[in-house]
Amino acid sequence: MHEYPITKRIIEISQEHANKYNAKEVKQINLVVGDYSGYVASSIELYFGIIAEGTLCENAKLNIKRIKPMLKCNECDMLFERKPFSFECPSCGGQGSPTKIGHEFYIESIEI
Amino acid sequence: MSENKEIEVMQSVYDKNDEVASKINLSLTKRGIYAVNVMGSPGAGKTSTLIQIIKRLESITPYVIEGDIESDFDTKTLLSLGVRTIQINTGGACHLDSPLIGKAVDDLNLEKGILFIENIGNLVCPAEFMIGEHAKMLISTVTEGSDKPYKYPLAFEKADIIILNKCDLLPYVDFDESFFMKGVRALNKTAPVIKVSCKTGEGFDEVMLWISEKAKS
Repeated sequence: MHEYPITKRIIEISQEHANKYNAKEVKQINLVVGDYSGYVASSIELYFGIIAEGTLCENAKLNIKRIKPMLKCNECDMLFERKPFSFECPSCGGQGSPTKIGHEFYIESIEI
Repeated sequence: MSENKEIEVMQSVYDKNDEVASKINLSLTKRGIYAVNVMGSPGAGKTSTLIQIIKRLESITPYVIEGDIESDFDTKTLLSLGVRTIQINTGGACHLDSPLIGKAVDDLNLEKGILFIENIGNLVCPAEFMIGEHAKMLISTVTEGSDKPYKYPLAFEKADIIILNKCDLLPYVDFDESFFMKGVRALNKTAPVIKVSCKTGEGFDEVMLWISEKAKS
């Protein structure tokens, strides 16, 4: 449910940038969402249609690039995707530590 | 139709929340307040843990911001113990965010001491939002099971201290401590993990060492 305020913020940021270029409309919004950001892409899409109404983003296409979280093995430094219930490295069996990959949540660009 | 023009934005969507959180953090630091964001699932014993800590604080003044979706049971309990407490009801929202805390911090009129911000009972969203805290305290329990770090990695990754509550129940539950610790340590190498029981008070001396060390600095 917390996608509502965050979707509102996506629209605000897009409008702020579009206004700098005196754009009449935002045609596309390119958003990057890591799976560990805690935001559900489909919920953002759902709210987007409702909140964007009457704004410069009304007809914008929301492109969401999802990023799979990666762990880094403490033993061999390999980056890998974790399996459920495990942080084990598939290559050497060491334990993986969290990295920043998968926590992203930002607007990469807009198209006007 | 004219061609699209792409404008680079590269702006975090958390920016507003984080900006407010940084301001709150700075203002609390200036006032000599150490703020702890207390997280844990519903029923983990967040308020019970706070009561155990506050009872032992001695020379440090405690303040509490109680976050709940609804009700003020916990606030009443803390007020009855003489603790300056303010209630925030989010009315459905699953976590506290910094604008909510900013207002509560102003209302509490804090000076020198330790501020505990009890977040909404939820192991997911509270870990994602900074609310001006200096440290995150995660309350986990042996009754929830040893798989929690694997299921809710972010809360364990972000914690500065992990309190494992309800340890008096260890003989009665299937809690695999080594599996739990393996998960915790994969995610978080530095946070102390302290076994306690709010029922018996066991383990809180160690928690107090951590608190007094932090509140001093």
